[in-house]
Amino acid sequence: MIEVRHISKSFKGLQVLKDISATFEKGQTNLIIGQSGSGKTVLMKCAVGLYSVDHGQVIYDDRIFSDMSEHERMNIRKEVGMLFQGGALFDSKTVEENVMFPLSMFTKQSFEEKLERVNFCLKRVNLENVNKLYPSELSGGMIKRVAIARAISVNPKYLFCDEPNSGLDPHTAGMIDNLISEITKEYKMTTIINTHDMNSVLEIGEKVIFISEGNLCWTGDKHQALNSDNEKLNNFIFANELTRRLKK
Amino acid sequence: MLSTVGKYVLLVREAFRRPDKGSVFRKQLLFEFQSLGLESLGIVLFISAFTGGIAALQTAYNIDSPLIPLTMVGFVTRQSIILEFSPTIISLILVGKVGSRITSEIGTMKVTEQIDALKIMGVNPVNYLILPKITAAMIINPILIIFSIVVSLLGGYLACELSGLVTLSDYLKGLRLDFVPFTVIYAIIKTIVFAFLITSVSGFYGYYTEGGALDVGNSSTKAVVNTSILIILFDLILTQLMLV
Repeated sequence: MIEVRHISKSFKGLQVLKDISATFEKGQTNLIIGQSGSGKTVLMKCAVGLYSVDHGQVIYDDRIFSDMSEHERMNIRKEVGMLFQGGALFDSKTVEENVMFPLSMFTKQSFEEKLERVNFCLKRVNLENVNKLYPSELSGGMIKRVAIARAISVNPKYLFCDEPNSGLDPHTAGMIDNLISEITKEYKMTTIINTHDMNSVLEIGEKVIFISEGNLCWTGDKHQALNSDNEKLNNFIFANELTRRLKK
Repeated sequence: MLSTVGKYVLLVREAFRRPDKGSVFRKQLLFEFQSLGLESLGIVLFISAFTGGIAALQTAYNIDSPLIPLTMVGFVTRQSIILEFSPTIISLILVGKVGSRITSEIGTMKVTEQIDALKIMGVNPVNYLILPKITAAMIINPILIIFSIVVSLLGGYLACELSGLVTLSDYLKGLRLDFVPFTVIYAIIKTIVFAFLITSVSGFYGYYTEGGALDVGNSSTKAVVNTSILIILFDLILTQLMLV
């Protein structure tokens, strides 16, 4: 479980997060939703430690992450996997080397053992025979899947996904969402997903928090989101004709 | 200015931490030997051969007085090559070739979140990316400079031979005249300091790149300009400390 308590964050005097408190449950897909510029990515980067918080605490299973030194954080980070918006695969490495990288850094496995794990992870994300390809030779969906394979290669306890299906067609986006949801259940991870895609909310939103202008406006699940009387949330969810018809 | 120097010092300190894993560091080091050293060999030898020849010809052309022996051609060529041309000018060329490459590589990794990915995995990105480059350059650049000195002197000999201005015997005699082995050590020490500057300053500008492709280009330019200035500055300081 990951908990954020009263966190605030400003950049050059502009307050981006305002006293946000939320809990992200283990074994569930926790979604952070909100419009572009609402502070979702900043919240995620604060939670994962890429940004330091101005006020408040970030707690990983009773360990106060935000109070730790950079060296102490390194140990927790070995339990963290993250899927970046653009994949963030290492350009100079092949798919196999990308997925093997965390294993090479943090385990003492032999090459054969690591390769077996790499092949298992790639198979788990429905990718085979791509080991020797470079990221530049992959499609957007494949890049995301390789990034997921790399993130799960060391069995992380916490998985962060920043806009996992941005730039993908609806079919591939749905496949990535379902894959993340399945992996979360399978490995009992605490998964936090940053998205503004309503399809993701309806598919895998077990816990949803809605942020608007840096404030936490609403918390619930996907069913409650559709029936909420929160005006800001409704404006966000039912912003297009299709979702308005769906509500009717 | 002061905050930039402070950030640079902190980054260098971070780079010199113990690597997370020795075997990964050694692999990276071997890769950097190839990418920073072997891939620069061609341009270094080409420029060295021609500049050695030009230095010899210009010296011969400027000796008008019959009182100055032609052995001076070999002597002046040797001194200018060992003291200044090979360590300093070749290092300045390597700033353009190797330094800009390092800044672009690390800068692109920064703007495409690859460095964030390393951090999230618990890897020290400064140590993982910059230390192998600094170490490799400080080992391989002196070797490149030794090759450069040898090829420059050969270039000088070929130019004298082909132009017929100086005989081989005069040229070789000049090369051996009043040779002080310490000048080679001085050249190597300068090269090691310049190699450190090239890799660490370029790595620094790459690591602190923010924005997009345009900013990667700007960082590369800043890295090349500032490293070149630092090399000239340290050239003066080291010469004052070691030769004067």
